[in-house]
Amino acid sequence: MPDRPLFLERASFHRRRLGDAARVLPVLATLLLLLPVWWVPRSVSYAGGAVWFFALWAGLIVAIWALHRALLRAEAATVRASEAAAAQVAPRDGLAGRRPSGEAERGPDAL
Amino acid sequence: MPFETLLASCLAYVVLMFGVAFAADRAAARGHVRWLDHPLVYTLSLSVYCSAWTFYGAVGYASRSGLEFLTIYLGPTIVFTGAWWGLRRLVRVARMHHVTSVADLISARFGKSNRLAGLVTLIAVIASTPYIALQLQSVSLSFEVFATDTPYGPTLNGNTLGGTALWVAAGLALFTILFGTRNLAADERHHGVVTAIALEAVVKLVAFLTLGVFVVWWLADGPADILDRIAAAAAEPQNAEGWALRADRWTALNIVSAAAILTLPRMFQVMVVEAADEERLNTAGWAFPAYLFAMSLFVLPIAVMGRELLPAAANPDLYMLTLPASQGQNWLALLVFLGGFSAATSMVVVCAIAVATMVSNHWLVPVWLALRRPQGGEDADDLRGFVLNARRLAILAVTGAGWLYYHASGGTAALAAMGLVAFAGMAQVLPAMIGGLLWRGANRKGAYAGIGCGAALWIALIFLPSIGVGGDIPLPSGVDPWTFAVFLSLSMNILAFIGVSIFGFPDPVERLQGLSFVSAVEPIRHSRMTRGEGRAEPLLAMARRVWGPEEALRYFRDEAHAQGKTGYLPDLTPRFLTRLERRLGGSIGSATAHAMIDRVAGGVALTVSDLLQVADEAQRAKEETQRLESARAELARTALQLREANDKLTALSVQKDAFLSQISHELRTPMTSVRAFSEILKDPTLTHEERSRFAGIIHDEAGRLTRLLDDLLDLSVLESGRAQLSVTAVNLHDLISRALSAASATRPERSFLIDRDVASEHVGIITDADRLLQVLINVISNARKYCDADRPMLHIRVTRPAEGGTVINIMDNGSGIDSSRQSLIFEKFARLNDPARAGGAGLGLAICREIMAVLGGDIAYLPGLGGAAFRISLPQRPPVELPQAVA
Repeated sequence: MPDRPLFLERASFHRRRLGDAARVLPVLATLLLLLPVWWVPRSVSYAGGAVWFFALWAGLIVAIWALHRALLRAEAATVRASEAAAAQVAPRDGLAGRRPSGEAERGPDAL
Repeated sequence: MPFETLLASCLAYVVLMFGVAFAADRAAARGHVRWLDHPLVYTLSLSVYCSAWTFYGAVGYASRSGLEFLTIYLGPTIVFTGAWWGLRRLVRVARMHHVTSVADLISARFGKSNRLAGLVTLIAVIASTPYIALQLQSVSLSFEVFATDTPYGPTLNGNTLGGTALWVAAGLALFTILFGTRNLAADERHHGVVTAIALEAVVKLVAFLTLGVFVVWWLADGPADILDRIAAAAAEPQNAEGWALRADRWTALNIVSAAAILTLPRMFQVMVVEAADEERLNTAGWAFPAYLFAMSLFVLPIAVMGRELLPAAANPDLYMLTLPASQGQNWLALLVFLGGFSAATSMVVVCAIAVATMVSNHWLVPVWLALRRPQGGEDADDLRGFVLNARRLAILAVTGAGWLYYHASGGTAALAAMGLVAFAGMAQVLPAMIGGLLWRGANRKGAYAGIGCGAALWIALIFLPSIGVGGDIPLPSGVDPWTFAVFLSLSMNILAFIGVSIFGFPDPVERLQGLSFVSAVEPIRHSRMTRGEGRAEPLLAMARRVWGPEEALRYFRDEAHAQGKTGYLPDLTPRFLTRLERRLGGSIGSATAHAMIDRVAGGVALTVSDLLQVADEAQRAKEETQRLESARAELARTALQLREANDKLTALSVQKDAFLSQISHELRTPMTSVRAFSEILKDPTLTHEERSRFAGIIHDEAGRLTRLLDDLLDLSVLESGRAQLSVTAVNLHDLISRALSAASATRPERSFLIDRDVASEHVGIITDADRLLQVLINVISNARKYCDADRPMLHIRVTRPAEGGTVINIMDNGSGIDSSRQSLIFEKFARLNDPARAGGAGLGLAICREIMAVLGGDIAYLPGLGGAAFRISLPQRPPVELPQAVA
């Protein structure tokens, strides 16, 4: 197992935080979906409920779309950054031409 | 609309589907998979979730229970909000293990157990049969709408058109067998089927949206009007009761439908098995919820308008068809019919493929292999043919069972009920699936307990009551029986799964698989599984039986080539065996592949100590890496040291050259004088005075040469460390006094004021007195020579620092030494000013430094004290053995 870095540069850090957002989103969606029905079942059972649920749904679709787009961009930025770092390191030190592997980048623990 | 038109368009549509599937399969065979692999096609294929139950049933469901129908779509939407980290991971792990079905996933995770896969298959078969029956019923009913020409829908009283269902079932079985079992592709992908389904998804969506737009903007006056009508409908007493959402039921439905999107055989097939990689979920993550959104947006409007415009006796499940038909919109009704037809057929096809794969891989093939073993041994017959035939047979059986169920039950009253039963059944697999992916401690016994317990409760409390066997459970009023059953079965399932897992100890294969699933890393085979080369051939023979000779030979040649070998027989490395097993697993399921490889290659059962050794190997590899890393650092350090040493050597070489040229120069000057004056002395005309003066000069110069050579010898002895010390105890005061009187011979014309602190000087020191005296004389003479003050003064101070030893400071009040040259004064031949005036060779301080080094002390220049100041530091005793020195 590769040793994980303790701190990350900007691009990777940004991507990790977006990853955190992707983890929070389902929890948030579940709460918004279930809590109104537990609290005020009568208000969300009819026309008002239709508006609320479809609006929530549309919001979730947009949120997933935006999140995925941002994550893909952040991933591309991370790849670029690590390539740039590798290009910087490689000429100076022949031994350090290794590029960080994707698996190591995916490691969830580093902050 | 005439029934013949309907039949003709339906047949044309079927032909189109066959054509599309055929074309896509051909394109895939030629390698044109670019647009077949498009994320959009993947997203559309996911729409197989929207079966006929969704298409027709959602409207019926909404007209009975209001917004509750939304749960069927909102649950999956919640799952897709976690697509980035959840679904992508599921797909990655499943692709890594070449998983062929949800049962295969569970079996592979829990130690490649075929019996567990068999259990999951059983649940899938029980849940799917009525569900397929439901699709056949919907197609049959929708035909009846047109055939019987009753505008408000047929009544559910029997098998007036039972033949329709049979024809549909037969046609679907044919389609599925044609395009679902064309090959035993190792990755189980069916481009033809997927493309046809994607097209059907478009038809479904267009039909639904067209009808929705027609209802909202044609029959009603736009969204606001629809909202008013919903509110008005909700005001009716029986609706107000039926439409009111119940929080517990709402939650249970969301949980179950969220589980269904992951565990339904057909969903697992299109979402995981047919996915080439996890990247397509980046698009599907938002596009599939959007599809569901579009599919449900108009459900409630259609339900409300249906209630208003159609008589109360009309079947709400068929509002989709009867509403446009009653308005005279026959073409719209035909479009809707085709949409519903698409929904039903795509569901049946994918479900049949998925369940048939499970049945053949986990029921038929293992049984067949077990039966054949006693007779055949290393049988050479065609396993590939058998597997394909088993799959075809299973497809026929699954669709046939669906038709039989439909025929026997004579149609169930509410379409939605059977869908929910199937959802709740497959949800029983979810705890084991999620637990297996996230928790390394989950084990096979836990999975058995959880799935078994959940499935038993599901059959007893949900499935049997749904087909009319057994009575209701006595529950307090206000508790919904279905919700109660779902919560009870799922919580008992989870409890049993966790509880038994906690107290169990998994076998080694299971633990290896658990590690691979939870960490999403490639599984490793233990090195002990490596066997001799002689066994590669039986493996090739076995692979040939599964894949056919060409494919097997190609695979083995590629593997051998990857190992750097020629020919068709690769070495049986752990890596190769693992890859072969997973690829075989892609065709016949991981459990069977594992068993076959072990049988053919003479598998050694893994033990716990082997497992620990695997951990050891990983640990060793890690240590090896670290060792290499530190060796690299060590090398870098050595290289640096070598570079420094080289620099030093180069500098020394330069210094040596300079020294030689210096010394030649120093020797030559007196020699030249000696020679010149010797020449002159040969002149007989010289007077006696002149002769004696010149002889004196020669004598002086010879003396200077001798001194220089003495100094050089002294320096070389000191530098080589061969100096002999005669260490004695001596009073420092006496030593300083002797040095002062000896040095007074230097420039005796100058009178110095000597400032001494006599009291502090009376200390006994242990050192070589002669050598120290030499240093003192040298330093004091230098002061006498170079101090340029008008009233020269010399301060001598002796201190004994706390850390031991003795320090002698000798300072004058001259102008001192320029800071830029302070570093030079201890170098050989370093003379700061005019050599003639100094009259020395410039070796004095260099000798002093060497003497002090030999004595174990130090001499340093002290800057910033006004004049030239030197500090002589002596250790408590010199670094030589005292007795030896005394002797």
